[in-house]
Amino acid sequence: MGTLWFCLVAAMIAAYVVLDGFDLGAGIVHLVAARTDAERRLVLRSIGPFWDGNEVWLLAAGGTLYFAFPALYASSFSGFYLPLMIVLWLLILRGIAIEFRGHVDSPTWRPLWDAVFSLSSGLLAIFFGAALGNVVRGVPLDADGWFFEPLWTDFRLGPEPGIIDWYTILVGLLAFAALAAHGALWVALRTDGGLRDRARRIGRLVWWGVAALTTIVTLVTFRVQPSVPARLVAQRWGLVFPLLALAGLMVMRIARGRGADRRAFAGSCVYLAGMLASAAFGVYPCLLPAVTDPAYALTVHNAAAAEHGLRVGLVWWIPGMALAVCYFAFVYRTFAGKARPEGEGY
Amino acid sequence: MDSALGVDRLHFAFTITYHYLFPQLTMGLALLILILKTQALRGRGEHYNRAARFWTRIFAINFAMGVVTGIPMEFQFGTNWARFARAAGGVIGQTLAMEGVFSFFLESSFLGALLFGEKRLGPRGHWVAAFLVFLGSWISGFFIVATNAFMQHPVGYLPGARDGLDLGSLWALLTNPWLRWEYPHVMIGSVVTASTVMASVGAFYLVSGRHTAHGRTFVRLGVIIGLAAALLMLFPTGDRQGKMVARHQPATLAAMEGLFRTQAGAPVVLVGQPDLDRLRLDNPIYVPRMLSFLTYSRWQAEVKGLDAFSAEEWPQNIPLLYYAYHIMVGLGTIFIAVLALAAWRLRGGRLYVSRGLLWTLMLMLPFPYIANTAGWLTAELGRQPWLVHGLMRTMDGNSPSVSAGNALFTLIGFMGMYTVLSILFVVLVYREIDHGPEGGGAAAGARG
Repeated sequence: MGTLWFCLVAAMIAAYVVLDGFDLGAGIVHLVAARTDAERRLVLRSIGPFWDGNEVWLLAAGGTLYFAFPALYASSFSGFYLPLMIVLWLLILRGIAIEFRGHVDSPTWRPLWDAVFSLSSGLLAIFFGAALGNVVRGVPLDADGWFFEPLWTDFRLGPEPGIIDWYTILVGLLAFAALAAHGALWVALRTDGGLRDRARRIGRLVWWGVAALTTIVTLVTFRVQPSVPARLVAQRWGLVFPLLALAGLMVMRIARGRGADRRAFAGSCVYLAGMLASAAFGVYPCLLPAVTDPAYALTVHNAAAAEHGLRVGLVWWIPGMALAVCYFAFVYRTFAGKARPEGEGY
Repeated sequence: MDSALGVDRLHFAFTITYHYLFPQLTMGLALLILILKTQALRGRGEHYNRAARFWTRIFAINFAMGVVTGIPMEFQFGTNWARFARAAGGVIGQTLAMEGVFSFFLESSFLGALLFGEKRLGPRGHWVAAFLVFLGSWISGFFIVATNAFMQHPVGYLPGARDGLDLGSLWALLTNPWLRWEYPHVMIGSVVTASTVMASVGAFYLVSGRHTAHGRTFVRLGVIIGLAAALLMLFPTGDRQGKMVARHQPATLAAMEGLFRTQAGAPVVLVGQPDLDRLRLDNPIYVPRMLSFLTYSRWQAEVKGLDAFSAEEWPQNIPLLYYAYHIMVGLGTIFIAVLALAAWRLRGGRLYVSRGLLWTLMLMLPFPYIANTAGWLTAELGRQPWLVHGLMRTMDGNSPSVSAGNALFTLIGFMGMYTVLSILFVVLVYREIDHGPEGGGAAAGARG
């Protein structure tokens, strides 16, 4: 039962990264791809009806994680105290920037919120990447299942790691590059003219960074967390996930050359999902490895809620998520097509 | 305040109090927008559509504030209250996750459709979008109040591993008798806020002689719905909620009422100051025997005072609890009086020219916010010293690994952040109100 919920939560997180990833990425490339106020409005219009719903995946994944693995939620949220709070502030600033930018037409108001939108999007990508790096690397859990990490210590891996060390920074940079490419491809898909051409160019350039960082991070991860390659060797079918990521990366490249925006974006979605699935597969059955003593790790067995609750959860989770998927299908169909400069909205 | 526990409590109190300024408007306003859209659909014409669009613009600003200040609430169960999160997560994790799955997806998906889709969806489709946003926000309220009801009156749990609680019955959790009255009380409180805000903005237009046609609509709708809601707050929801407290949290009732001595024929105190050094109420003005009657429907019934309980069972901050409760009830009573008078003057439209009453309605704007906040203060201070009533004390619930210094750092951060948000919010809402319902909004066609 714990394993099933591990897969469901991982799937929700992957859905979050793929969906909110494109609007975070649009934020990262916002200032570079869109030059004029009209173009920036278009970028925001292209994510306008979607970004809030996309962000809900984070909340729903968090809620589901809480109910399925209360001990993990309690331990990791208090242990990652400062970075989580900073993530909250960034989410606040970003949401406000998107919603409030259009309310006042002035040469001071809009550039300010454009900058806030872009900066917070970029920092969020880096923080989310670093968070994933922490989960893969492991944290200094004690025998009771608690820990606390400061933002940084000596930037080295060791018994007293900080949230950011050289490894997690590397993962953060990969996340930044991957989401920048993802967002650029989304903007290219949803806009026209000069904006689209610039977005395509950014997507093409950033791709090299993504490819290089993917290689480096993969190799380094095999050293930092030996359980990842060990798992892949022990259960070969798991190789399907990294191969999927690789295939996505290739599709991005090939479709890019042919100007097939839709296929390139789909490739990016597959790449992101494949990378996350690889990480999840690599740490399983750990949810949070311990750098102190492997026995202190939080796993799908010792952190899960009681059996009855997990069973009951399935009864409402499945129809609830089926409904959510229907809403998304409806919204994405209603607002399909290129973003237009004029258009409705209050 | 130098202990981590003190900072954690203030952290949650500050962020939740600020957060609830926004949902308490949007939940009620979603209902009022739906009424306006229904009027428009029934052929009452563009006037109601304009009104609905205007309030949707106000709604959107408030909704954005509610979303961005709401995310920290879900996080804080884990960040600052980790021992509570671990112990009770098997139970309240259910309701919190259900809120995300059943409500947030619904709300966020159809808010986009409500804001951007009027032309694409057509009038009926757009009405459905408004309905689904309303439904989503009321479902959200349900699961949050269900979580709170569990903390006030735990049901549906079993003792679990590591001194934690496991889910016994989800059905019991969702049909908690406490929830039965707390939920309508909270939601109708939100309708009081939204109706008062609507009436207040309408009165502002009438007093200043602008947008008078819409001003009348807003005043009429706000006063009628507001009066109905204010009455429902008192009876049955408030009355039954009070009886619930009397039955399950008798020490809290005594503290709320400022009743230090157990007595038959206990009075209801209208005004007075609790004096904890001498364990009595100073300068009391009271209605004799009323408390006995309200609680037990008998004038001579005995009501337990604080002296019937050991000090460990007393809520820690009795004066604040007492004042919060009295402010809530006092303001609720005043709302009924003002709104009833206004509703009576509505006949023949005399209200629209009664400047005194219009001024009163206009200035009433902040008071439902104060009353709702005081109501939640009553509920949450009254729950003390328990985090989960009778099962877990507040002092056993905070995070073991987060120091006071780290918690204070983020509390100060939130205070700064929310100060900036408040300024932005007031500026933007004022611009919309100043611009009025005619035309396309303060930044017509320019919205991001």
